[in-house]
Amino acid sequence: MNGYAGNILRVDLTNRVSRIEPLPEELADNFIGGRGFVAKLMWDEIPAGADPLGPDNKIIMAPGPLTGAFLPGAGKLEFGAKSPASGGYGDSNVGGHISPEIKQAGFDAIIISGQASTPVYLLIDDFNVAIHEAGHLWGKGAIETETALKHELGEQYQICTIGPAGENKVLFACISHDFGRQAGRTGIATVMGSKNLKAIAVHGTKGIPLADPKATLAKGKEMFAACFAKPGFEEWTPQGTAGVTDWVNEVGAFPTRNFQTSYFPQHKNINGEALVSKIKVTDKACFACPIPCGKYSRVKRPGYDVYVEGPEYETIALIGGNTEIDNIEDCAFANYIVDELGLDSISAGNVIGFAMECSQKGIITAEDLGGRTLNFGSVDDFVWVAEAIAHRRGIGAILADGVKRAAAHFGQGSERFAIHVKGVEWTGYEARYAPAMMLSYMTADVGAHHNRSWAITFDVASGRDKLEGKAKRVIELQHIRPLFDMLCLCRLQWVELGFELDWYPQIFQAVTGKTQSFEELLKFSERVWNLTRAYSLREIPGFGRDFDYPPRRFMEEPIPDGPAAGKVMPREVIDRLLDEYYDLRGWDQRGIPSGAKLAEMGLDFVEGVIAPLRS
Amino acid sequence: MIRLATDSSRCSGCKVCLTICALSHFGENNPKKGALRVEGKFPVPGVFAVAVCNQCGACATVCPVDAIREKDGVYILHREDCIGCMNCVPVCPFNVLVVHPAEKAPIKCDSCGDCVRYCPRDAIIDTEHTVMRIGR
Repeated sequence: MNGYAGNILRVDLTNRVSRIEPLPEELADNFIGGRGFVAKLMWDEIPAGADPLGPDNKIIMAPGPLTGAFLPGAGKLEFGAKSPASGGYGDSNVGGHISPEIKQAGFDAIIISGQASTPVYLLIDDFNVAIHEAGHLWGKGAIETETALKHELGEQYQICTIGPAGENKVLFACISHDFGRQAGRTGIATVMGSKNLKAIAVHGTKGIPLADPKATLAKGKEMFAACFAKPGFEEWTPQGTAGVTDWVNEVGAFPTRNFQTSYFPQHKNINGEALVSKIKVTDKACFACPIPCGKYSRVKRPGYDVYVEGPEYETIALIGGNTEIDNIEDCAFANYIVDELGLDSISAGNVIGFAMECSQKGIITAEDLGGRTLNFGSVDDFVWVAEAIAHRRGIGAILADGVKRAAAHFGQGSERFAIHVKGVEWTGYEARYAPAMMLSYMTADVGAHHNRSWAITFDVASGRDKLEGKAKRVIELQHIRPLFDMLCLCRLQWVELGFELDWYPQIFQAVTGKTQSFEELLKFSERVWNLTRAYSLREIPGFGRDFDYPPRRFMEEPIPDGPAAGKVMPREVIDRLLDEYYDLRGWDQRGIPSGAKLAEMGLDFVEGVIAPLRS
Repeated sequence: MIRLATDSSRCSGCKVCLTICALSHFGENNPKKGALRVEGKFPVPGVFAVAVCNQCGACATVCPVDAIREKDGVYILHREDCIGCMNCVPVCPFNVLVVHPAEKAPIKCDSCGDCVRYCPRDAIIDTEHTVMRIGR
């Protein structure tokens, strides 16, 4: 099977055994790879109603057919598991170099089940697979663990790890790889922690079959040359994602003070220019990336001297704006702390911003905090709470379950400003004056994540007061962007350089031998979108429309200041967006896919589970 | 002719060089068969090191069967003549004779220049300026 390594690796941690099976051709033909494999394998293999933190949940790691090939951005890996944060479909992707390594070892998917009785790490060396004791690594930081394993095993291994947060089952723990790349969302590291799985180390030497090596080489050369010719190749790369910080502030969409407002006056102290001029050491790329967004940095101040990859835009937004840490050095230091603890920097900034607001409002008292208060702008307070969360100490034990559950615990109206959807914390775009971006967050299958549809630029270009056309564009983006996660490619060449989408079916054909237009590939993505909806419908009691609303702050509190001052998105607007979205998707007004839509998508196998929910 | 050199401070560790090298010489999608070396030194001090062959010919001097022969300033390893003794590997001053478990002969650079043409960062350069990055 061209483009594929041809095998699936199954690892049973309970019995500490592994098994290699051939990759079923129909899985590749119908679900392509990456996120497609994750969604289908989760539906088929994780028993309905499984405890996300019990032995029945499975972690699925899947590269895609273009991963590791010669084309720009071919280095993404998709992780999936039933999410302990949402209780439904969960996935998260990571760049770096581990995805090609998994394919070179011979695998298109790794399925990890069971629960080890003691801490272990998984070692994969081509077809030699072993489960080793990891007692000596337990308790160590995520990057500290990667460093230790590189010393132990050798530089040639690509490694992913969890930190104390994953071990302690913080619901927004992240998987760390390549000294600063993370699969951060939906708590898949939490599932690793529940399985006592501290790390996975991979080394492979094999080539990946190509349908037409000469055409792949020729097409890959054309694609790199085309990237080099884009103005963004020189202009965007130096600052990477951090370069967008000023623009997001100018349009009034920057999360600030736990999303109380959408403009941070000190944003120039934490923008891309500050990052590059003050702390950057080197650019750091994922596999085959011509536009490295990774900015590896060093911050040295009285009391600390640390290296960290970043901060990238999302971290700048959620740690910088959202907790009001107003200088790039302290942002980078806070970034280092959460990376080492193994906390998703997005959710951590969101949760800590929420805790600071609770403290400000007296909902969390000095008594709850061992005699202190939590203050916006204080890096010391940030670090103190982050450590309490990762180790589930004191108030940290409540915050470790994310803002949805913490707000339910604290009450006193705090759910109004618990900024999440489906139990997954909101990311770096305040959307009270951005209807397409708002709808993107509301309907993202994994919860409030920008990865599925990044529509803020479309809002600005198409008119932010206009609702027409927004749902349609969100749906288009929800098919395009997740397609990258099925092929397991980075989307930034397209998003940031304007790299044409037509390139991808051409290289897909050279690598796999399959002829599909881009529109045809999008149909596969729509299939997976409906499947992940079905998965959450199966797993979460009462799931549907009620789970697609934003927090009340966005529907009831006008933005107090900045470029979007006075803007709010009332519930009737939200409802109008949702009505149109469901209609265009072929879902009913409760957000349940129709039988006809499921049949059109070739998802008849989920109909038996979904049909009873419609009545 | 092409004479390769590096500026490691520009390397971002993307491995495009290794990938194109293996694909063009072996028709194989496998950067482990690239005839150069890219290493990251992380977490501290956070730098990459890229090493290439400068056609010094040290390998040819120790080959017992004369499988590495010079032509126009480039030392070509003739794979069909190689007996796989690996004598050449440790004498390479840059450690860029690459050993791969599936190959009997080590893998050696032939100065084709593709790594220069496609390094997105200009971290690999031709000191003779015969080739440059595409688009430069």
